[in-house]
Amino acid sequence: MKNLSYLFIGVLFGIVMTKSEAISWYRIQEMFRFQHIHMYGIIGIAVILGALMHYWMKKNHFKNAAGEEVLFADKPKNYIAALAGGSLFGLGWAMTGACPGPLYVLLGHGYAVIAVIILSALVGTFTYGLVRKFLPH
Amino acid sequence: MDLLFQPWHWAFSGFMIVVVMFLLIYAGQKFGVSTSFQTMCSAAGGGRFSEYFNYDWKKQSWLLIFVLGSIIGGYLASHVMAYPESMALSQSTIDDLAALGVAPPELKNHSLSLLPLDLFSMETLTDPKGLLLFVLGGFLIGFGTRYAGGCTSGHAITGLSNLQLPSLVAVIGFFIGGLITTHLLFPYIFSL
Repeated sequence: MKNLSYLFIGVLFGIVMTKSEAISWYRIQEMFRFQHIHMYGIIGIAVILGALMHYWMKKNHFKNAAGEEVLFADKPKNYIAALAGGSLFGLGWAMTGACPGPLYVLLGHGYAVIAVIILSALVGTFTYGLVRKFLPH
Repeated sequence: MDLLFQPWHWAFSGFMIVVVMFLLIYAGQKFGVSTSFQTMCSAAGGGRFSEYFNYDWKKQSWLLIFVLGSIIGGYLASHVMAYPESMALSQSTIDDLAALGVAPPELKNHSLSLLPLDLFSMETLTDPKGLLLFVLGGFLIGFGTRYAGGCTSGHAITGLSNLQLPSLVAVIGFFIGGLITTHLLFPYIFSL
């Protein structure tokens, strides 16, 4: 039953990503060329409403479906990793026009070449696992 | 019905992303998709090669189910709920991309392509252009998101909305990389 709810939320995510056109290589190009509000509007609204949601949840000690109070962990303060890793990801984001979520959604659209991008991403993550102890964080 | 068969306004899209984030939190999880790469490497036995993959990946199996759902959602949205109208892409973007030799969005099987179909083909994959854009691009996504500790969902949406400073630094990084690719590397890559 729980697994079914994750599947359902995933399906919803796939539909939202498609209808929003956030999975579009064209929209990502438009964003990195500052030529339309579209992507900034999507992310901006999500961050503003998300911040209100986080504030409301913390204030009201929001409980999840299992009845446990939701605790929000802070992101590790690895600023070098955030900037260096973030920049490397940004290079790839603009090349493929997709971040990890949209890659899966686009696979569902039926583009075979997306499977190659996902495999490359897995190789990239595996490589990071091998070399991470040598990298500054 | 328009919601099902038409593209959405960006404001509604932003709201719906928060709905997804809320549902995941209510289900006891958090919104962050790039962790799935680590989970898959761990499930494939990566723990023998690195401590980074040596953990009980089954605790993250929910994320793999979520990923499966998003593939199904992508199929439904593109095949069942598809819309034939053209995308309201900015004309200056269309012009800039045309200068690189990239065609605008086109119709395919009565549905709009969200990607340049000529570019995202298996034929391009064997070109130097395809190798750079897809193989290197994919590698950078997998390497960079895990190095940074999150992607657009984990840092830009979840992290920023939870007022996390490392996430703001990561998002600045996303844009440094994206701007370099778009404005410095693309003229070179598309001339190959």
